[in-house]
Amino acid sequence: MTTNTLLRWGLYAVLILFAAFYLMPLFVMLTTSLKSLEEIRTGGLLSLPREITFAPWAEAWSTACAGTQCEGLRPFFWNSVLMAVPAVAISTVVGALNGYVFAQWQFRGANLFFAAILFGCFIPFQVVLLPMAQALGFLGLAGSIPGLIFVHVIYGIGFTTLFFRNYYVTIPQELVRAAKVDGAGFFRIFFAIFLPISLPIITVSVIWQFTQIWNDFLFGVSFSGPGSQPVTVALNNIVNSTTGVKAYNVDMAAAIIAALPTLLVYVVAGKYFIRGLTAGSVKG
Amino acid sequence: MEWLERNVPKLVLAPSFVAILIFVYGFIAWTAWISLTKSRLMPKYEIDGFGQFERLFAAPRWDVAMNNLFIFGGLFIVISMVIGLLLAIFLDQKIRAEGVLRTVYLYPMALSLIVTGTAWKWILNPGLGIQETVRGWGFESFTFDWLIKPEMAIYTVVLAAVWQASGFVMALFLAGLRSVDTEIIRAAQVDGIPNHRIYSAIIIPTMAPIFLSAFIVLAHLAIKAFDLVIALTNGGPGYSTDLPATYMYAMAFSRGDLGQAASSAMVMMGVIFAIVVPYLYSELRPRRDH
Amino acid sequence: MPILEIDHLQKSYGETQILHDINISIEEGDFLVLVGPSGCGKSTLLNCIAGLEPITGGDISIAGRNVTGVSPKDRDIAMVFQSYALYPTMSVAKNITFGMKVRGVDKATQDAKLKQVAAQLQIEQLLNRKPGQLSGGQRQRVAMGRALVRDPRLFLFDEPLSNLDAKLRVSMRTEIKKLHQDLNASIVYVTHDQIEAMTLATKIVVMKGGVIQQIGTPAEIYNRPANMFVADFMGSPAMNLIPARARADAGATRIEIDRPGAAPLVITDPVARDLPADIVLGVRPEDIHEATEGAHLPGNARRADGDVLIDIVEPAGADTFAVTQLGGKPVTARLRAESPVQARQPFPLAFDLSKVSYFSPKDGQRLN
Repeated sequence: MTTNTLLRWGLYAVLILFAAFYLMPLFVMLTTSLKSLEEIRTGGLLSLPREITFAPWAEAWSTACAGTQCEGLRPFFWNSVLMAVPAVAISTVVGALNGYVFAQWQFRGANLFFAAILFGCFIPFQVVLLPMAQALGFLGLAGSIPGLIFVHVIYGIGFTTLFFRNYYVTIPQELVRAAKVDGAGFFRIFFAIFLPISLPIITVSVIWQFTQIWNDFLFGVSFSGPGSQPVTVALNNIVNSTTGVKAYNVDMAAAIIAALPTLLVYVVAGKYFIRGLTAGSVKG
Repeated sequence: MEWLERNVPKLVLAPSFVAILIFVYGFIAWTAWISLTKSRLMPKYEIDGFGQFERLFAAPRWDVAMNNLFIFGGLFIVISMVIGLLLAIFLDQKIRAEGVLRTVYLYPMALSLIVTGTAWKWILNPGLGIQETVRGWGFESFTFDWLIKPEMAIYTVVLAAVWQASGFVMALFLAGLRSVDTEIIRAAQVDGIPNHRIYSAIIIPTMAPIFLSAFIVLAHLAIKAFDLVIALTNGGPGYSTDLPATYMYAMAFSRGDLGQAASSAMVMMGVIFAIVVPYLYSELRPRRDH
Repeated sequence: MPILEIDHLQKSYGETQILHDINISIEEGDFLVLVGPSGCGKSTLLNCIAGLEPITGGDISIAGRNVTGVSPKDRDIAMVFQSYALYPTMSVAKNITFGMKVRGVDKATQDAKLKQVAAQLQIEQLLNRKPGQLSGGQRQRVAMGRALVRDPRLFLFDEPLSNLDAKLRVSMRTEIKKLHQDLNASIVYVTHDQIEAMTLATKIVVMKGGVIQQIGTPAEIYNRPANMFVADFMGSPAMNLIPARARADAGATRIEIDRPGAAPLVITDPVARDLPADIVLGVRPEDIHEATEGAHLPGNARRADGDVLIDIVEPAGADTFAVTQLGGKPVTARLRAESPVQARQPFPLAFDLSKVSYFSPKDGQRLN
């Protein structure tokens, strides 16, 4: 009995220790962002702010310098919104239709194509970086937000297709057959029967794509121009700005601002993500 | 009309098909082609053989990058798996507040690697970070300055990456543990098999596919890791924390050496190929829709 | 004019041929049952009739119109699926009217038809429920309602009862039969359950490995199976298939059957002619009778000259089953409930030779 209780305590101790490990950076970011630079220099990393100041947040949002531009994160935050929303929407719609075809309207060669798409999910993007830069220039999309949307849609289709395919494949083919006999066609069946049951997997696709696109840095830093940089690129520029004193509190405020949308999505909808992923068959 | 009706599914897939064909496979081919030419600042299209690869393998910086990839990749994968499995098994013991703990373990996965890098750069900063804090507690000689030590800096990348991804591995394993048939576990309990043996002999072996999935996801993250290095160390000190991804980026966008960029990208591609293709093959092969 | 005519139908997936030269014709009001073990191609054939699977060769006509290559919606058919295939997000009423809605039938007609079918199937109180809230039997009714409301030339049923529990299956079977009689509907019905086939069909097609084994009325299939596969598959308990030897003997045929520990059992068939030396004797358990002193025998029953050793006796309420060993195989006889038969005791048996089948052991085909 006593060894058991002891074991139990040890168990909780380990779990809480790890919780502290995962929470520590967030805690440090938050407290640092609320301290004055003076306090940062004198106080410890883990101490709570003696005097809370929101000035670093204001600076991070509207006046911090990213390279030569000193308008804070705000314009870049909106760039990210303008980039992420259409890219998430388009790639989810395309993925849903693709997944529907792969799961329910098999044709000769479909499996091979599916494998090709699946493989596309795994390529290191470095291998398409150079030609994509050229292609965007050719299409007149270089350094623009539409260009970034285009790139994110293209390389997002693989995952969204996979999600929807694996979800729809668990739906018995007899449903489509019954609807065919009832006289419904491809799109009618999709909108009347499949779309109404798709909420869980749409949630998965939207969360996944939003997180991927919002957090992306490689495409952002490679393909954006001065006016179209996403928030991750701006954050990195602010942190690495060499002009003036190193304002750690501003850096941390900026980091939290950049992380906020995905954190929010995770906290609000995270459980739907796991639930949605396991709602279909666990695997294809 | 009849024709249209019959071919709607194919027409729906057609745009994606064309896009994937051009932007994935066409582009891979283009990069492969460039890696075989003498391209520098501008692409040249005359095939020149494997000169770029010879240059690549002779470059000390690439050597460092590949070495770092193996150190970083190996440690990152192993440590994340060990922590993930440990936490999953611990959480599986009817823990109070499991939901809260799970959320806490998993949230780093929602962050951008740039944010993660920024945070850890601040924490590991020897002047004001952990080192200084611990010294402030009275341990005057405490040193934790890996971030600025060329031979240690790569381990800070491991630390931050493990912090970010191990919770996700935990979630994968936990889902796996929960999906094991409870009747088998009950049967084992009735047979009087102790708890740790149930895990080691029954549950974990049936989770082999999840180990594989976790390995693939982590290996994939490791090879693509770029943002984290840029934000945490920017490849430094010097180029001591370069990874193939940052090497490729430097060649492509700051050194203006397309040939080197293309050939390093092809090597990365090769490494991923070697890991992912057997996995995809095994995933796609035996199962057919029931 | 046949309501359904299948002419030299072929179906293959790549190299593997699934259906071989299928020829079937049924008349208006026929209840055709496709029966066979799983994997015999019966469901594929049904899907071909529905137009849900393309065919590789041959023709399909429905009500005199060649529908080969016509899409399912234009074949004037309705189908009930094994899993019922109810649209999960639609109410029962919407499920039933979906087909009419797609075809642009006006709302008043939809409602009238819905009402009529709901009354017919006694599902009026379920119309606003979702499929997830229904029991298996209720789902089954809704699936039938969806088919009935369409009033098609041909109904197709794909193992509609296989997901129900045993008791419900029997009562739904009766209801389907009643529906068929009331509507005089033409039906093609797939099942692997031979009892379902026997009770429902006006015509049975027995299939195996994509090949039709026999087409006939339930009585023909039961009494004169075309080969050993059909003989074994139809009927429960199955027909006894006993290896035996035949010898012509003064205008009659002597049938010799090995039995353990004694000389072969001999029965004389006065009618059979020209049988090869090696045969398989097919006899249903109810055609083996008790031949004790004073037992009443049907007119054609022939006493075997000698007793057999009974291995097992299984009382089953209405009957008693006795199992013995003949020709190296267990042979079951269905005897009356109060028969004096006892396990491990010799017992006299008689065989009703007017009902037996003779098969060739080489190819399994019927000989008489």
